[in-house]
Amino acid sequence: MLFLSTRRRHPLAGLVVVLLGLMVAGGLYSAFAPASSGDSSKADQQLINQGRQLFVVGCATCHGLNAEGIVTKSGNNNGPPLIGVGAAAVDFQVGTGRMPLAQAGVQAPSKPVLYTDAEISALAAYIASLGPGPAIPGPAETDISGATTEQIGRGRAFFQTNCTACHNFAAAGGALPHGGYAPSLLGTSPRHIIEAMVTGPGQMPGFSDDVLTPDDKRDIVAYINVLKEQPSYGGSDLGSKGPVTEGLWGWLGGIGALVLVTVWIANNGARVQKKKSR
Amino acid sequence: MTDDHYPDDAPPGTDSERDGSLLPAVPPEPLPDPGLPEHEPRPTDVDPKLERRAERQVAGMFGLAGLLTIAFCVAYFSFSPDPETGATIAGFSASNLTLGLSLGLALLLIGIGAIQWARRLMSDHEIVEYRHSAASSEEDRKVALEAFSQGVSDSGFGRRSLIRNSLLGSMALLGLPAIVLLRDLGPLPTDEDLYQTVWRKGVRVVNDVSGAPITPAQLQVGDLVNAEPDLFFEHVGPAGKVVPPEYEGAELLNAKAKAAVIVVRMQPEDITPYPSRADWGVQGILCYSKICTHVGCPISLWEHQTHQLLCPCHQSTFDLADNGRVLFGPAARALPQLHIGVDSSGFLIAMSDFTEPVGPSFWERG
Repeated sequence: MLFLSTRRRHPLAGLVVVLLGLMVAGGLYSAFAPASSGDSSKADQQLINQGRQLFVVGCATCHGLNAEGIVTKSGNNNGPPLIGVGAAAVDFQVGTGRMPLAQAGVQAPSKPVLYTDAEISALAAYIASLGPGPAIPGPAETDISGATTEQIGRGRAFFQTNCTACHNFAAAGGALPHGGYAPSLLGTSPRHIIEAMVTGPGQMPGFSDDVLTPDDKRDIVAYINVLKEQPSYGGSDLGSKGPVTEGLWGWLGGIGALVLVTVWIANNGARVQKKKSR
Repeated sequence: MTDDHYPDDAPPGTDSERDGSLLPAVPPEPLPDPGLPEHEPRPTDVDPKLERRAERQVAGMFGLAGLLTIAFCVAYFSFSPDPETGATIAGFSASNLTLGLSLGLALLLIGIGAIQWARRLMSDHEIVEYRHSAASSEEDRKVALEAFSQGVSDSGFGRRSLIRNSLLGSMALLGLPAIVLLRDLGPLPTDEDLYQTVWRKGVRVVNDVSGAPITPAQLQVGDLVNAEPDLFFEHVGPAGKVVPPEYEGAELLNAKAKAAVIVVRMQPEDITPYPSRADWGVQGILCYSKICTHVGCPISLWEHQTHQLLCPCHQSTFDLADNGRVLFGPAARALPQLHIGVDSSGFLIAMSDFTEPVGPSFWERG
């Protein structure tokens, strides 16, 4: 104690006190703050850094070095800002191959996925670290294996009210203005469908968790899963695209075949010069 | 054409003389020999081997058609059409597939066989069939007219005008029951049906299907909610008590079809409301009728970046940031907007009914 009291007026004493105070505060924070147990925060930081590396290489050209977006001279977006879009948006866009974009256009089409699952979660962690946004739905929100008939029926009501306008009654997708389209949902994983509802990719409106609860969303996905397994009882459904494909096949296939049959009926057939031998 | 065009020395056998005057006269041939090619036989006419082969072919098709018809009956009894338990073949219902294929192919084979029979085996010598005038002979017409006028005078149809007129009157009145019965097809729609919906001041805008009320904070920019009035669900009544749905059955369906709305949230600075509609939204949240003004399809195909709402039926496009103005397509009127506000509990409510009829045009509205 003598050591401390004799040097209490030393020029560096104030600095030492401040440092000690900071250390105590930091220690207390790390002891009480949620989700900050030493190891996992280090691992998170590592994941974020890895995501940042990937982002700078693969995404920054359009979205900017710090994901702030790039605005062109004419006021359009080269790539929109990604701050606050959340991990769910990254997992959807990169996990379905929509990003990285091959070329600018009306719509980002789904393509073969370029990143591994680990890389996608690193990218998602980096974007999530930039601002609060919807998280990737966990297994509890996407597991539809135990869906009851009642839940599937509820999902059907929600699906037909909210989704069929664009994605069609059979979830096979449909056309939108200016050459855009709503994609088929039959090959999309439950997680990606839920992420699309939460984040509203492209022109799709969002359906936030407060309005369409995670339970409602899971029921919708359970119903889509039922649609997937439905055998087509009326014969070939021609992609379930409705009257346009049916009309096209009716005219080209059906009437075309009738024309060929008519030609065959009216055709005179082979003739010979030879006279009857008997 | 008149007879003047024909030479006097037409070949014999082409006029009415040969027909024994049962039919009207046929004009003689304009050309004795128009140069028709000589008849050429088919391979099956000259080669007995080919002829027998064609015969077997046709009979084979008919036989196969018979087998397929029997297969149809077998398939009917062996495959269940039940969607739950019925067997499937390559993703199709086994029952539908086998029934359709067997009966369809059977009918097709009968048809193809019949045509093949005619093409290969039936006589194909060209024959000439002369056209006759469609009118009856002068004599027949005279006899028919005489019989008719005899009937008119015998019945006294022209003389007994009382009977004739009462008969005509009673026949005309037979149209009346048809009109009376057809009138029952439906009462004419009332003003209430056409001009009003169940929306009124204070009715909460709730999520369709779940009936959950909506607060502005729950909606992100770019979100869309398919909504209905809370009257269709269990809701909080005027006295603060939970009351059951106010509509049911056919009445509910009619009311729901007219009252359906979509709630969307946009950036407030993107919205260009009419001055009279400046306070019709809440923090960039606007509410529009879901029923297209063209022919009444429900529309919720909203592009949140362009603020355009597309009707999938006929591609009418409305700009929801610009008072529901028609941008494209056959719709004649802007999409009706619902004036919304927030109640004391913070939930979205209607501030009035729609100020114009929702849905397609009708007679009185033009």
